[in-house]
Amino acid sequence: MPEFVLTVARFGFLILLWIFVFTVVGVIRRDLFAGGRTKSIVASPRGVGGAVLQGRPAKVKRGKAARQLVVTAGNLAGTRITLGEAPITIGRAEDSTLVITDDFASARHARLVPREGQWFVEDLGSTNGTYLDRGKVSGPTPVPLGVPIRIGRTSLELRP
Amino acid sequence: MSRIRGLKTRRNAELGLLVFAMLLVAAFGATVEANQFDEIRANFWVPAGLIGILFFGLHMVVRFTAPFADPVLLPAVALINGIGVAFLRRLDLENAIANKLAIPGFFAETSGRQLAWTLLSLILAAVLLLLLRDHRVVSRYAYTLGLVGIVLMMIPAVLPASLSEVNGAKLWIRLGPVTIQPGEFAKLALVSFFAYYLVRKREVLSLASHRVLGVDFPRGRDLGPVLTVWLFSLLVLVFEKDLGTALLYFGLFVVTLYVATERSSWLIIGLVLFFGGVYVAYLLGETVGGPFANFYDRAEIWLDPFAAKNYERESGNSYQLVQGLLGLGTGGLFGTGPGAGSPFKVPEVRTDFIFAGLGEEIGLFGLAALLIIYLLIVERGLHAALAVRDSFGKLVAGGLAFTLGLQVFVILGGITGLIPLTGQTTPFLSAGGSSLMANWLLIAMLLRISDAARRPANTPAERASGPKKAPTQLHGAMTEVIKP
Repeated sequence: MPEFVLTVARFGFLILLWIFVFTVVGVIRRDLFAGGRTKSIVASPRGVGGAVLQGRPAKVKRGKAARQLVVTAGNLAGTRITLGEAPITIGRAEDSTLVITDDFASARHARLVPREGQWFVEDLGSTNGTYLDRGKVSGPTPVPLGVPIRIGRTSLELRP
Repeated sequence: MSRIRGLKTRRNAELGLLVFAMLLVAAFGATVEANQFDEIRANFWVPAGLIGILFFGLHMVVRFTAPFADPVLLPAVALINGIGVAFLRRLDLENAIANKLAIPGFFAETSGRQLAWTLLSLILAAVLLLLLRDHRVVSRYAYTLGLVGIVLMMIPAVLPASLSEVNGAKLWIRLGPVTIQPGEFAKLALVSFFAYYLVRKREVLSLASHRVLGVDFPRGRDLGPVLTVWLFSLLVLVFEKDLGTALLYFGLFVVTLYVATERSSWLIIGLVLFFGGVYVAYLLGETVGGPFANFYDRAEIWLDPFAAKNYERESGNSYQLVQGLLGLGTGGLFGTGPGAGSPFKVPEVRTDFIFAGLGEEIGLFGLAALLIIYLLIVERGLHAALAVRDSFGKLVAGGLAFTLGLQVFVILGGITGLIPLTGQTTPFLSAGGSSLMANWLLIAMLLRISDAARRPANTPAERASGPKKAPTQLHGAMTEVIKP
């Protein structure tokens, strides 16, 4: 066989091999961007602290103890968890009390802890943050009744 | 199932990539024939076609049993497996020409056997996909699998050398003409066991006590499990005389532990323990000898393969390693071209040194592409681990993907002189049934987990499979779902 054909075959194979690699990368790329862009991320501007909550007394009904945690928006909308004494963990991890399938939720996203009749929400170092109404939760924050806790596309509320 | 509106199963992308991979295998075969026979015979495409049919079979199984599985895994592995078969075929052809034998048939010699092993492996993978519809089922048999893994791991160590030793490493079971490498299967069983165990114990193991240089270190009493596995892997190193296998078992545990607890201190502890242990074994080999002598020899060869005292040694000399390095060097940047090199100068070119033989012919440029394909396979495995929702699946997928990567690292590091050479097989590439079967089972498991990870919640398929069980994850809390 002429030398020329052999050289073409030799380099042609290598080039084809790399084209295969790039095709695979292309498929992975399309896969990465296929989902998760359908809706914009629900988030409030940064820097708005939990203190904002004090300015919204309209929805807050004081004097009643929370008995239920209700999912008001997201995949699990309609789920109710009866509150007891135990803390409630929220996240994508299978062992969370409330397992949410949300692209913007972390495995261990947030925790609700009761302390002397008052429930506190606490962010567990999630990637996209936990929001109490419009404010980003940075430390343990008391949760008034009826105020939405937002985790990704999921909203939760405490109900009497 | 792929007709569900709005859901991307990407099975057609998989099929397309598979066809592309088989074209590459055929191109490899054609170039080999052009170089070996000076002509491309009319039936050059048959090996690629045969193996392509096998992969197409598995593709159909995936299409029906794991429709949302990762589209890249199967074609990428198929390419490496196909190139392996094509390269073995090339060796058989050269062998036949050199010895003036008739051209071997497609089902003869090493490549024919490898083709048969591929068929068997793909059947096993398909059976796993068919039987195991939910990867979490495996966690029920975790302790059984753990026991099976440890037994498989220990069998070669306790067998007499005549039944288990090949080239100085005791990793095999030899039953007449059949040799099995039980360690390959032990890996899979151990990954499942480690994953289950660590899901249960991770809360304890992630407790921190000291903080040194910004890293939280675990409590002393929590070091028990990691020390046990460390001891086991050192026993493997000493009694099975194989560094690679020891590194594989221990690395597997440490990485699973790290994934489970998110504490980088475990990685530091693991690395210190392993390298400390290996160094002690090296020193003992120098002074005491006995069971440590083999490892000492390997380490000496690694430190200076070209030294006369290592090259001219009676047994266990550096001849293999040197020939492999020279082969890679001859290949240079672009290689001699498929079929144009002289891979028979490298000993064990069909198994341990297949990367050196292949490297001579496709050069650094081609090897880098193959390595990137390995990397992509591992990346897809880790991606499945990230995306899947249950902790057990995460740990299994992470552990399996890491094992595959570590195995490629161990053998390639050995051949290129980065770490002491050990007789690991190159996954999917080297001739050998055990390795091929075990690694295809691994891929089937990854396909199963990636299917679970990418499957949207509440697909019609899920609804069709009977009433949904009460979600066990809401343990403790009383829940009621109110229909709006």
